[in-house]
Amino acid sequence: MIARYHAPFAEQGSHTIDANIANRLLKIALGKGGDYADLFFEYSVSGSYTYDEQILKSARRAVSMGLGVRVMKGDATGYAYCEDFSFDAMKQAAETAAQIAAGGQPVAPLGVSMRDTPSRYPVPVESLDIEGEMKKAILERADRAARASDPRVIRVDASFAESVREILIANSLGHMARDRQPLIRFGVRVIAEDSGNRQSGSSGGGGRTGLDYFDDKTPEAHAQQAVQQALVMLDAREAPAGEMDVVLAPGDSGILLHEAVGHGLEADFNRKKTSNYSDRVGEEVASELCTVVDDASLHGSRGSINVDDEGQLPARSVLIEGGVLKGYMQDRHSADFFGTTPDGHGRRQSFRSHPMPRMTNTMLLGGTDAPEDIIRSVSRGVYAKKFGGGQVDISNGDFVFSLTEGYLIEDGKLTAPLKGVNLIGNGPEAMRKVVMLGHDFEVSDGIWTCGKEGQSVPVGVGCPTIKIAGMTVGGTQMASG
Amino acid sequence: MTRAEEDARALLDLGHSVVERASAAGADVAEASVHSGSHLSVKVRKSEPELVEEAGSRALGLRVMVGKRVASTYTSDLSEAGKRTLIEDAIELARLSESDAFAGPPDPSDLSSPSQWKDLDTFDEGVSGISADEALERALQGERAAFDFDPRISNSEGASFTRARGVSALVTSSGFVGSDYGTYASMVVNPIADDEGGKKRSGYHWTAARHYADLEESQAVGEEAARRTIAQLGAKKLPTQELPVVFDKDAARSILGLFAGCILGGSIWRKSSYLVDRVGTRVASDRVDILDDPLLARAPGSRAFDGEGLLSRRNVVVESGVLKSYLMDTYSARKLGLKSTGSAARSPSGGVSPSSSNLMLKASSQSRDELLANTKHGLYVTGMMGFGFNAVTGDFSRGASGFLIEDGTLSHPVSEVTISLNLDQLLQRIDAVANDLDHRTAVASPTFRVSSMTLAGS
Repeated sequence: MIARYHAPFAEQGSHTIDANIANRLLKIALGKGGDYADLFFEYSVSGSYTYDEQILKSARRAVSMGLGVRVMKGDATGYAYCEDFSFDAMKQAAETAAQIAAGGQPVAPLGVSMRDTPSRYPVPVESLDIEGEMKKAILERADRAARASDPRVIRVDASFAESVREILIANSLGHMARDRQPLIRFGVRVIAEDSGNRQSGSSGGGGRTGLDYFDDKTPEAHAQQAVQQALVMLDAREAPAGEMDVVLAPGDSGILLHEAVGHGLEADFNRKKTSNYSDRVGEEVASELCTVVDDASLHGSRGSINVDDEGQLPARSVLIEGGVLKGYMQDRHSADFFGTTPDGHGRRQSFRSHPMPRMTNTMLLGGTDAPEDIIRSVSRGVYAKKFGGGQVDISNGDFVFSLTEGYLIEDGKLTAPLKGVNLIGNGPEAMRKVVMLGHDFEVSDGIWTCGKEGQSVPVGVGCPTIKIAGMTVGGTQMASG
Repeated sequence: MTRAEEDARALLDLGHSVVERASAAGADVAEASVHSGSHLSVKVRKSEPELVEEAGSRALGLRVMVGKRVASTYTSDLSEAGKRTLIEDAIELARLSESDAFAGPPDPSDLSSPSQWKDLDTFDEGVSGISADEALERALQGERAAFDFDPRISNSEGASFTRARGVSALVTSSGFVGSDYGTYASMVVNPIADDEGGKKRSGYHWTAARHYADLEESQAVGEEAARRTIAQLGAKKLPTQELPVVFDKDAARSILGLFAGCILGGSIWRKSSYLVDRVGTRVASDRVDILDDPLLARAPGSRAFDGEGLLSRRNVVVESGVLKSYLMDTYSARKLGLKSTGSAARSPSGGVSPSSSNLMLKASSQSRDELLANTKHGLYVTGMMGFGFNAVTGDFSRGASGFLIEDGTLSHPVSEVTISLNLDQLLQRIDAVANDLDHRTAVASPTFRVSSMTLAGS
């Protein structure tokens, strides 16, 4: 099947970019000197549908395309982009980026040839090629299921977003690679009301897949989950304040790991020695139970990629093994600095931005404990089920996470649901306090987007049930006695 | 004609042609928004250039209605094929959408015209003229000032300087034609100091303005960034307690930003705000006045007309603690049975929704230092982290850092604590407001004090 949207720079496109054109542009980019240059061609199409008040209220589609040219000289980057693929426009972008090396002698790039890449998200029919009525029907099903499930549900809205991003990368090391990255994301949000008390609940998921996603995870199941969350919250009480044991549910809690550990292990912060993990490879940075990996190869996961945005081939990077720091996530620039090979973590939001070391699917691997034993071991604490988001200060590892669904643990049992709770702590300290790990490892359903220096990229997270002995819980209820 | 006016003319021509073609293709309503812009960003680190980025871009957004069915499309591909896809997709998607009784453009008699628009002085040719070398020099100066300020500044995340220039045009089938242009320049310095226990402390300070001359001196920005970084050294947790909390103007602005999301018409009809049905009631202490003023000269959120072409106006949102009005576009106003407040914003991708412009909490007469001096014991918050806010209930809990206040003066720095209180109560407990309001950001507040909040720490 021919996709409806395809890049002008692709083989059958209106402005095909072949090795010859790429080489000419790379030569211009290195025309004033420089150590390295790359070209990043991108064509992305995204669509979204909003179902609200029982109608498909609006539908959107957006096309964005262009070429980003990067030239590096030492630690300095020259960057420019253009939004059409005429040779003149591309040449001008290459000349602008080349200015960073002004004063140097022209450097000859290696001639490029196409790299073979893996196929981690084969999608027989992309969502954008499927008629809109099908997506409308999916949203309608979620809406109907949510409304039917409880009379206290007063509002439902459901949304579906789809995109495909086609990229072509060529660099002065002779690599050329292409990829087509599909992505979908579904979400349903409800508001429940009971005698003046209003609470919201939501559920969503997706990944690099087609509409077959809904075969396993039906719109109805997501609707039920969202309703469940809102109803539970109607009975929520004020959360406790102070230090106590925290148990994290499997899957989504991986976001805590992404923030608390992941960002600090991105190699740019360590090259600049601005991370609290700088110069600590080989040291113990977590409890010995902890093995953390970043794995771009998960089939169909939101964070997976076949090739990174610098033309490097990513695989599975072991970051922490048995509590010991093994290495950082590298892009080309930092790999040069550390004298290692780039491991495929160079990602960027779009052709308008330069790549940086970024995560793909970041996971804390499972342990041996039964999840119910973990909860049973806590006399007073918090069970964190769903997270709204988090943030970290890279320089010292301090982090904050907000829970959208959490419960009090009393005498080894989940008791009352809790209102808006924050968990606050320090990455390395929290990782040292990991005292139990469940055998129930799970990858989160694809909803997470990671922001860094103004650039957003889709990521995946995963973890088992985790017990952290002592963490600050930011509620409003002071402990009595 | 200036270059900006020439650019605007070209964008308007493009907008007219897209509106005509979309109407011919079956749109009953067509609205085209066209943007073009250029920017330069540079970054230095440890006195060496790290990034020089320069580019221009153009984009086209289209919103159409077929009957009362709505869709919007966007493209950065301005080729003939790109424009055709933009229009065809919009019509196809509108036919997929379902009829929404409240959809529709504003009444043509409500649209504004050029003679009514105020010149808001948002464009400075001096900003567009800044060269890469000049930008690098300013960033280098700022970073050097931070390193020179105190030997404990041991590292740097760098210093950046950015300038941007944008022109936009809006053309609608109901007869609105308008264009707008603006410039913006900013600089930030981000030094790092080593603290005990292998921790590092990162701090920053920034300046931003529509006019080049309004930027703070690079030297001053660097020094203030260093001062803020050093001040955090030795930060510790506090025991869990209830205490008065003073939010400095940056932290206060972030609180006001949460409130801003809860007064938008879209949040109200969706019942996604704790302020549903609260107009005319007390939502803050009587010391609190909140205004949204799109007509401030040179301010970041200024606009002569809104995203639907209605004349911009100053809206009183809270007066002496009482909620006076939501901020609405045409659609949300219809949903609520009210009139638009001229608060529509049109996103580059074509969608329209209500938004604040320059939202501010009014300053009082006492200085920040006087306010602190009158605070016997409390927490002075200078930074917040995390996303702990539920707009539906108003529940608020975020990570905070800053200083302990003892006997009216700042004592040791504090980090790794959270502060919590429902936003409704938080605003009602504001018992002092300072006079240090500035308009560096579109949402702006002076320092204020909340009489009591829960702090969770050790």
